[in-house]
Amino acid sequence: MPPVLAVTDLVKCYGDLRAVDGVTFTVDEGEIFGMVGPNGAGKTTTIECLEGLRQPDGGSVSVYGIDPFKECRAVMERIGIQLQESDLPSRIRVGEALHLFASFYAESVDPEGLLERMGLQEKERSPVAKLSGGQRQRLFIALALINRPEVVFLDELTTGLDPQARRSMWDLVLEIRDQGSTVFLTTHYMEEAERLCDRVAIMDHGQVVALDSPRALIRDLGIERRLSFYPLNGSEDLGLEALPGVELVERRQDRVIVSGSGKRFISKVVHALEDSGIDFDDLRTEQPNLEDVFLSLTGRAVRE
Amino acid sequence: MRSLTELTKTSIKLYIREPIAAFFTLAFPTMLILIFGAMYGNDPSPIFDGLGSMDVSMPAYSALILGTIGLLSVPITTAGYRQQGVLRRFRATPMHPLTYIVSDLLTNLAMTILGMILLFTVGWLLYRVQFEGNILLLLFAVILSGLAMSSMGYLIASIASGARVAQVIGMVIFYPMMFLSGAGMPIELLPPSVQRVSDFLPLTYVARLLRGLWFGEPLVDHLLEVVVLVVILVVFGGAAARYFRWE
Repeated sequence: MPPVLAVTDLVKCYGDLRAVDGVTFTVDEGEIFGMVGPNGAGKTTTIECLEGLRQPDGGSVSVYGIDPFKECRAVMERIGIQLQESDLPSRIRVGEALHLFASFYAESVDPEGLLERMGLQEKERSPVAKLSGGQRQRLFIALALINRPEVVFLDELTTGLDPQARRSMWDLVLEIRDQGSTVFLTTHYMEEAERLCDRVAIMDHGQVVALDSPRALIRDLGIERRLSFYPLNGSEDLGLEALPGVELVERRQDRVIVSGSGKRFISKVVHALEDSGIDFDDLRTEQPNLEDVFLSLTGRAVRE
Repeated sequence: MRSLTELTKTSIKLYIREPIAAFFTLAFPTMLILIFGAMYGNDPSPIFDGLGSMDVSMPAYSALILGTIGLLSVPITTAGYRQQGVLRRFRATPMHPLTYIVSDLLTNLAMTILGMILLFTVGWLLYRVQFEGNILLLLFAVILSGLAMSSMGYLIASIASGARVAQVIGMVIFYPMMFLSGAGMPIELLPPSVQRVSDFLPLTYVARLLRGLWFGEPLVDHLLEVVVLVVILVVFGGAAARYFRWE
């Protein structure tokens, strides 16, 4: 099966800035594919080239084998778009907006059913300007789904939302995929990418610096894991350094932090503590995450 | 086609919901009738060749409506939609850009006609004003004038960075015309030297054309106005098409 989206050596410049500088990847049917990276990494430019809203300066993009810029209307019929920066007339009502956008497409789903699915049925007569951030974002997702799209593009879907609204957005994204659409999303929240995406492309300075499933990216990092606890008894020297896989034992105030890697690292440490009769409290483990992957690839933390 | 009807229907609703726009298009000209009617009445006057002040105000305030919509509503709404990202959101659909423009023009035509009907109704109820021309010719003049004024409005929207700037440019262009073109006050009341300035104002040609056709003068007497408005439409419309930006 040919890929749903194909991007080959994509280049897009704004003046002297190479916003996207040779990006290549494909997205398969039914995937949730994420692009992560800090603001200005080239995520939005890439997504907008795929949506046919921008013309590439070099390389090529295709949606189902079609050039989205040249055949923009044909592609628009098959995709759904949630833009990072866009708006509706402030006095338009939720229901009116959905009916209006439904009329733009050759085929569309029932607006009322979609409102209900988005939990907006009670807001049908509310002006768009009166919606909360989360409701607004739900409406924009509804607009993106009105034509029963085969691919849905979500650009910074949860930016600016409170944690609760963000979590409910995540459920929605998974639901969209379960209903049969391929999802392409961008985010600068690493946790979001880790939770949602089957595969993640990490972007920095207009280039893809890594591309794989979140698990594989973290695993390949070979990064150490951490375990920490408060020892309740025992001597200063717990004898953990000698354990295979343990690389460092530190003390911060009363807390002991053990870093290391390898198979069953955590259970080895816990067993060793039990064997030597050391009681402990508030045991915590820290797994490396995509944040650490980004840090190790770029030497910088993702800024919010 | 369905998108054009839906978009036009929605735009008309939104226009009426926007209190300031609705006031200037619908209520303001009618208010002028109430104010100036109370001041001057509608007695036949030699200044207006035997017509009353309110009689000549009908086509004049119709021109005022056309100027308000084309030079204020069009640039403010269009630049505002662009600045807000509304045009961007529309662009991310299969809707043809031409559908948007045509719908905008139809909406503005509908608002113009609505404003004129309101104006005429009040004028007729209070002063028994009459329409003496050919309704189809008047419609032609309204459409041509609307296109010409709107093309100027779209150009303002294209060069302005946002709604505020568009509003300022629109006002700077519109307000002098309102007083000097014969749309806001009868041109006969202006001194001859000022009347000469009006020859250089686009809205003057709208006012003259509407006034002539309103009182039943033949179209051939107003070919100059028609030609000037067509030239404005082609020049400003062409420039607007060239510089129009969706984002």
